[in-house]
Amino acid sequence: MGPVFAGVLQLLALIGALAIIHVPLGNYMAKVYSSDKHWGVEKWIYKGIGANPDTEMRWTAYLRGVLAFSAVGVLFLYLLQRLQGVLPGSLGFSSIDPDQAFNTAVSFVTNTNWQSYYGEQAMGHVVQTAGLAVQNFVSAAVGIAVAVALVRGFARSRSGELGNFWADMVRGVTRILLPLAFVAAIVLVACGAIQNFSGIHEVGQFMGGSQEWNGGAVASQEAIKELGTNGGGYFNANSAHPFENPTPFTNLFEIFLLLAIPFSLPRTFGVLVGSVKQGYAILATMATIWVAFIGLMWWTEFAHRAPAFEIAGASMEGKEVRFGIGASSIFAVSTTLTSTGAVDSFHSSYTGLGGGITLLGMMLGEIAPGGVGSGLYGILIMAIIAVFIAGLMVGRTPEYLGKKIGTREIKLAACYILVTPALVLVLTAAAMALPTPANSMTNGGAHGFSEILYAYTSASNNNGSAFAGLNADTQWFNSTLGIAMLLGRFVPMVFVLALAGSLGEQKPVPVTAGTLRTEKPLFTGLLVGAILIITGLTYFPALALGPLAEGLA
Amino acid sequence: MNNSVTNTARLLGAGLRALLVLTLVTGVIYPLAVTGIAQGLFNNKANGSEIRADGKVVGSSLTGQAYHLPLKKGQETPEPDLKWFQGRPQNGLGTNSVNTQYKLILSGATNRSGDNPELIQWVKDAKAAVVKDNSVLGYTVKPSEVPADAVTSSGSGLDPDISPQYADLQVHRIAEQNGLPVAEVQKLVDEHTEGRTLGFIGEPRVNVLELNIALKELVAKS
Repeated sequence: MGPVFAGVLQLLALIGALAIIHVPLGNYMAKVYSSDKHWGVEKWIYKGIGANPDTEMRWTAYLRGVLAFSAVGVLFLYLLQRLQGVLPGSLGFSSIDPDQAFNTAVSFVTNTNWQSYYGEQAMGHVVQTAGLAVQNFVSAAVGIAVAVALVRGFARSRSGELGNFWADMVRGVTRILLPLAFVAAIVLVACGAIQNFSGIHEVGQFMGGSQEWNGGAVASQEAIKELGTNGGGYFNANSAHPFENPTPFTNLFEIFLLLAIPFSLPRTFGVLVGSVKQGYAILATMATIWVAFIGLMWWTEFAHRAPAFEIAGASMEGKEVRFGIGASSIFAVSTTLTSTGAVDSFHSSYTGLGGGITLLGMMLGEIAPGGVGSGLYGILIMAIIAVFIAGLMVGRTPEYLGKKIGTREIKLAACYILVTPALVLVLTAAAMALPTPANSMTNGGAHGFSEILYAYTSASNNNGSAFAGLNADTQWFNSTLGIAMLLGRFVPMVFVLALAGSLGEQKPVPVTAGTLRTEKPLFTGLLVGAILIITGLTYFPALALGPLAEGLA
Repeated sequence: MNNSVTNTARLLGAGLRALLVLTLVTGVIYPLAVTGIAQGLFNNKANGSEIRADGKVVGSSLTGQAYHLPLKKGQETPEPDLKWFQGRPQNGLGTNSVNTQYKLILSGATNRSGDNPELIQWVKDAKAAVVKDNSVLGYTVKPSEVPADAVTSSGSGLDPDISPQYADLQVHRIAEQNGLPVAEVQKLVDEHTEGRTLGFIGEPRVNVLELNIALKELVAKS
């Protein structure tokens, strides 16, 4: 069997597993967010918070909850890193510098997990488990909560009430993320991922002498890092590190974990709006783009067109033997089409066009299938744009799921899709125009430009993967990337929640013969087209200067 | 005004309490519970899959090592010890910078692009070295026979494996260096070649540390 065929079989296995899980998991999540019963442990948590989980919130109150909780999260994580030097269980590592601590705190709270530090030599047990891993859970839960609020906006009528933020966020942790992560962590340990608190210890070597290893709670963090589409690795090499991702099976399992919730949320959406067919149209859009991107990635990575790889005979630089090119390509596409950003191979050493595919995946807004929650609300915004375009073509007031897409709605959707491109392009241009940021580049020419474009694309879209040749631990990059992550996460959320409020207040319009049938394949085609055209028009010039110039040279 | 300040303070207080409670659940109880189960049920794996030879720990079966000769005086880059099977280049490993109190293994990739002149040179040099080191009396390696994993660095810098092709290519050299019959070394490699999981997951591979431990035993016996 050749490596291409083995890659195809791995993709088919993945599709099969996702096809099996998405209905029960999607239905379960719909139940979680519509149940009016509270678990015992949740009641205890609400008592601790001092919030009544049954209070309905309008969009402004919901947003205030999101922002307050996230602001506290940033501050807490910042202080934890600044105080690391005096905390117990820190392995003797010193406190993190202010600019890097800010960057890292923002990075984990925004579900980005960009890392400008070396995991194994900077962060001790306390920061890793009680700081970073906690945000892996709660930032994911916040993302799902905001998506659910938008879905409620579609599902409810004549009421601007979107649910209770505290209840949604807590349930996301207790009923979805925690149980799944627990099972996944045990599976990973059973396959060889480490889980201990041995800290820094010496291990003998074959040739004599010894090596120093940093042991920690890796499997428990790895599980939620993939499941919550976070992506921040315990070790610098992330999921390429054998202690995070020991075998070919764990590799496929980790890809499955990072796709499981995003690919199940369309089902949740379908159930909550009362038409699973609407969910299938969204799911089909996501799956089409995801499979097409993997096909493109295989084509360019197996063809290995780049001077160094022509000599080597294959594009194995930055890839592990146990995964090979086929599975590494699936991981790279999946991690950049979600907001995960974990890597099992290093994107900077992909072929020019392969690197471009990872960039384009993020530029689509991470909606195929996207991050947990953020993928669903991102693609629903695109659906509104697509419905609007279709409405313009036939001269009818556009509507989606029985709600009119009027001036207010389309303004909010348009603002949403302008935020990240503005951040990416302005900050990339600023970094290129200034004299010092370019000193951080490892590679020259078009690839050097790609390193910087990739950094801002990854930060603004809350992905977190990198063309890691870029030395991002400078005050310029720590601060500007931190700002990009903050604005790229929370400004779109403002528009999403405002939109949810606006939709929820409307009364439904009846379906007529003239209504665009958004559950049909025609609409899926329209949506795929709208996504590609809007992204293409926005980013083509930048892509032409970077990956296209490198790949077509 | 006063009212909104109070409200904001109350909201931030709720946020802080929520964070602290969830830190207890997901940042303390969860990792400790997983650690408890992991240490109880999968003790060796949870601690890094260490393997022993002659009663001593010689590393982890999951991570790659260097099989180099000791540095000679004035030498900066160590030479491979050709008696042992060699793993992949490790150009991506980092050097300790922040916490110089430790000599930690720092994982990482080179992050060089396919058109990077430095990477092109590394690949060329590695290829020439593989051809030279493995061409022995009666067996000449052609540059086109050198597999890609032999001349490129991995993503972690700690790849424990090489491709079966690269292992096969080293067989004649290992046999000559250790005074063993070629057939016996080839048999050893074949025994340590692992196919794809379930026939289709990942790529075929040979674990270099396990292979070298078996080789050491074979040498000791003969």
